[in-house]
Amino acid sequence: MTYITKPVNHHPRLKINKLGLTRRDYEGPVSTLCAGCGHDSISAAIVEACFQLNIAAHQVAKLSGIGCSSKTPGYFLKQSHGFNSVHGRMPSIATGANLANHELTYLGVSGDGDTASIGMGQFVHAVRRQLNVVYIIENNGTYGLTKGQFSATSDIESKSKYGEDNLFPAIDLAGMAIHLGASFVARSFSGDKEQLVPLMKAALSHKGFSLIDVISPCVTFNNHKNSTKSYDYIREHNDSVASMTDFIPIGNTITGSYKQGKNLDIPLHDGSILSLQKISKNYNPENKIEAIKKIQQSEQQGKVLTGLLYINPKAKDLKETLDIVDTPLNKLVEKDLCPGKEKINQINSSLK
Amino acid sequence: MHKIKSINEFVIKFANVNGSGSTSANQMFAKGVFRLGVPVSPKNIFPSNIQGLPTWFEIRVTEKGYLGRREGVDIAVAMNPQSYAEDIAEIRSGGYLLYDSSWKRNFGRDDINVLDIPLTKLCVSEFSNPQLRLLFKNIVYVGALSYLLGIGKNVYVDLISEKFKGKEKLIIPNVKALEMGYNYAKANLTDQCDIKVRKSNKNKGMILTNGNDASGLGCVYAGATVCAWYPITPSTSVAESFIKYCEKLRVDNRTQKNKFAIVQAEDELAAIGMVIGANWNGARAFTATSGPGISLMSEFLGLAYFAEVPTVLFDIQRGGPSTGMPTRTQQSDILCCAYASHGDTKHILLIPSNPTECFEFSVMAFDLADRLQTPIIILSDLDIGMNDFTTKEFKWEDTHMFDRGKVLTKEDLDSMEKFGRYIDIDGDGITYRTYPGTHSEKGAYFTRGSSHDEYAVYTEDGKVNARNLTRILKKHDNAAKLVPKPIIKSVNNSKGVIYFGGSDYSMIEALDELSSDGIILDSMRIRAFPFGKEVHDFIENHDMVFVVEQNRDAQMKKLILAEANVAPDKMISVLCFDGMPITAHFISTEISSYLAEKEVKEIMKK
Repeated sequence: MTYITKPVNHHPRLKINKLGLTRRDYEGPVSTLCAGCGHDSISAAIVEACFQLNIAAHQVAKLSGIGCSSKTPGYFLKQSHGFNSVHGRMPSIATGANLANHELTYLGVSGDGDTASIGMGQFVHAVRRQLNVVYIIENNGTYGLTKGQFSATSDIESKSKYGEDNLFPAIDLAGMAIHLGASFVARSFSGDKEQLVPLMKAALSHKGFSLIDVISPCVTFNNHKNSTKSYDYIREHNDSVASMTDFIPIGNTITGSYKQGKNLDIPLHDGSILSLQKISKNYNPENKIEAIKKIQQSEQQGKVLTGLLYINPKAKDLKETLDIVDTPLNKLVEKDLCPGKEKINQINSSLK
Repeated sequence: MHKIKSINEFVIKFANVNGSGSTSANQMFAKGVFRLGVPVSPKNIFPSNIQGLPTWFEIRVTEKGYLGRREGVDIAVAMNPQSYAEDIAEIRSGGYLLYDSSWKRNFGRDDINVLDIPLTKLCVSEFSNPQLRLLFKNIVYVGALSYLLGIGKNVYVDLISEKFKGKEKLIIPNVKALEMGYNYAKANLTDQCDIKVRKSNKNKGMILTNGNDASGLGCVYAGATVCAWYPITPSTSVAESFIKYCEKLRVDNRTQKNKFAIVQAEDELAAIGMVIGANWNGARAFTATSGPGISLMSEFLGLAYFAEVPTVLFDIQRGGPSTGMPTRTQQSDILCCAYASHGDTKHILLIPSNPTECFEFSVMAFDLADRLQTPIIILSDLDIGMNDFTTKEFKWEDTHMFDRGKVLTKEDLDSMEKFGRYIDIDGDGITYRTYPGTHSEKGAYFTRGSSHDEYAVYTEDGKVNARNLTRILKKHDNAAKLVPKPIIKSVNNSKGVIYFGGSDYSMIEALDELSSDGIILDSMRIRAFPFGKEVHDFIENHDMVFVVEQNRDAQMKKLILAEANVAPDKMISVLCFDGMPITAHFISTEISSYLAEKEVKEIMKK
């Protein structure tokens, strides 16, 4: 980590987006994570995606649980409200917040311990309810803050930094999320910005539960030779569903180059397009069964499948399922909510 | 044979088989009496079971307005052979036993009056559907009682017609069953019962309802929009009431969409998490649970306390510890609610005593939560929560405005140089908050359960953390001025009694009983924690103070001793924790025997 405060001023000719903001405007205070931590790259990808999508940061709520991953919302989008809740319980906070005001963008940041162990129950049910949230798992297969214990996503053949064997199989959160009904499921690698940023942009444009399981190496406790979540291991075993992933904003036409080869363009809910180039043979990310099959095949071959694994662009989110009015509930006032004296008198009469 | 004679003062107990549809018939019987202007308090004493086990329904009819539970049964309606032995034993000498005499029986008591009605035979002869035969037995005994007690059947014909409005087909057979019972009793049991109900005028301005229904309605009136809950007896009906009233009162006329969101959560942890998330984001949200749920929610309560997020939580207390007695009442979550969660935490408790207060305190809870930015726990219990009481009508004024507390708008933020979430600008310990999405440049902050400074930034500076904790304590102390004050009745006696919650009904009666025995006590009904100066002064001003509670460990006394700076020696506990609502007889006996023993000891000393 560094203890240097970031300078407030920035280069006068930094690129600005449609809101007149620079990338720097989307940053936060300097990270206190270890130098080289994968999580910082994910924070940078979030900054990049929000900058490119011209998102007003104050319209985003950042939510997290406990752990290294859950600290990161402190390091990006400084104009956004943040909520660092309790361990494994971010999904319920996000659910309540979303019900109160469905108009904001909800960005949940969690880790493998926070999601796959202590928070498994809440994760499962948030997926099942199709909560409209971008749920990022910063997956490093280890408990960093408590100094290197195995997590539930550590692969069975991997060893700890201290040489211990991991005795239990890993939980595949992406596969599980597809099974549970998540409408956007991707896996990526913190070291692959080219893939991660477009996936992040697509997730932010998607309505419903968007999961991005990002393998994010822990440089201190899980980046050694016998780890299956190290930078080297992932680079060697990365099996991407498409050679390139791109995100085409609303209203932009698809340029000629995207039409070459076997490409798949998926229109998203808001009119933007997620484009997968040279997608694997016979792979259709809109087909749940194929997606699960492909993940398992890849795993059997000792590879880590990345990219957009599954998408259902037409899913109904929790707000729609509950048939909630379009005005956010937190903007309703007395006259909308309070039935008044006449009604109370009627109720009194009915109880006599 | 001796027959109990009484007008408008008696206890009738129905012994039924769970799942036989008896509760609605018994409730209807109670409502009929209520409609004649006589106060009633029906109590459903039910097992944790769906079908088959014994269940009881006890109704106290009381012109005098003593709505607490009374021991001893004047009329038993014994419909369950499984529990005959104990049901018959409870009947007072000279009392009445009404039973299904299709199978004749000798009950071995010659001091009670047995009223034979062949309920099954009557129903078998009249109805062909086996299920209806079973259900209508209940209506037949209501009909018989309406004759025996002199109520007349018209009030029940009206109640049946109202209940089945829109399902007219059901009215005719129900009325037929009612008349069968009425006519049978008239022909065969003429003048057999000397207990009567006479028309009275005691129920003006009163309604018959329960605390959970009232609480759910209160949440609607308070402007709650999000309810996240997990089913648990006896709190489930709070959420169900909210759902019922929202569906009636909160659907947008134009779009038919809901101005509310209800989530049945995966567990209590998620329920309270959703409530905290919604309140953090500016919607009024609540959950309802019972003891086991409080244990599960404790971690989150600590977060809401320390991060200062408004939260409204109903604890409908049941018998503990652990799973305990899920269908029996207690007041045994006081300490675990007052200090829920690890570290230094203290929560605000509102303690209603009747359904009307359940409504009022629900409305108040949301204002207090927003004003104080902290959890507000409404400590109700199974008795007042699930049982109907003759209680004051709900009142509402259309001028009522919600107090959303210190929330900054975009304009407020525009005129500020720098926003700090936890800066105590006003000196009352309450700081200003912002909702997400308010302002593009100012007002964002990072809510956290980790130690933080005035700007919500993580700090490990112990002095900063201690300063924050001290401020939160100041806020808690100030809350004593905002919560409902105790109700004190004092004629400057040297002895007093403190009580709270559902004990109110029996306490009022016990005070009268004691006073007729020459024991006059001042009384104070505590309605909230933190305690105000009144609680301290009441104890200071009396030489001896009884504390009446429905738990084993004298939890309220302990809380008072810990928080009100009073001498422990003069506080004497009166404790009932058998799961049944405390009775006046229990209280007055405990107090009078304590005083008698004390007198003997003093004489011995001399």
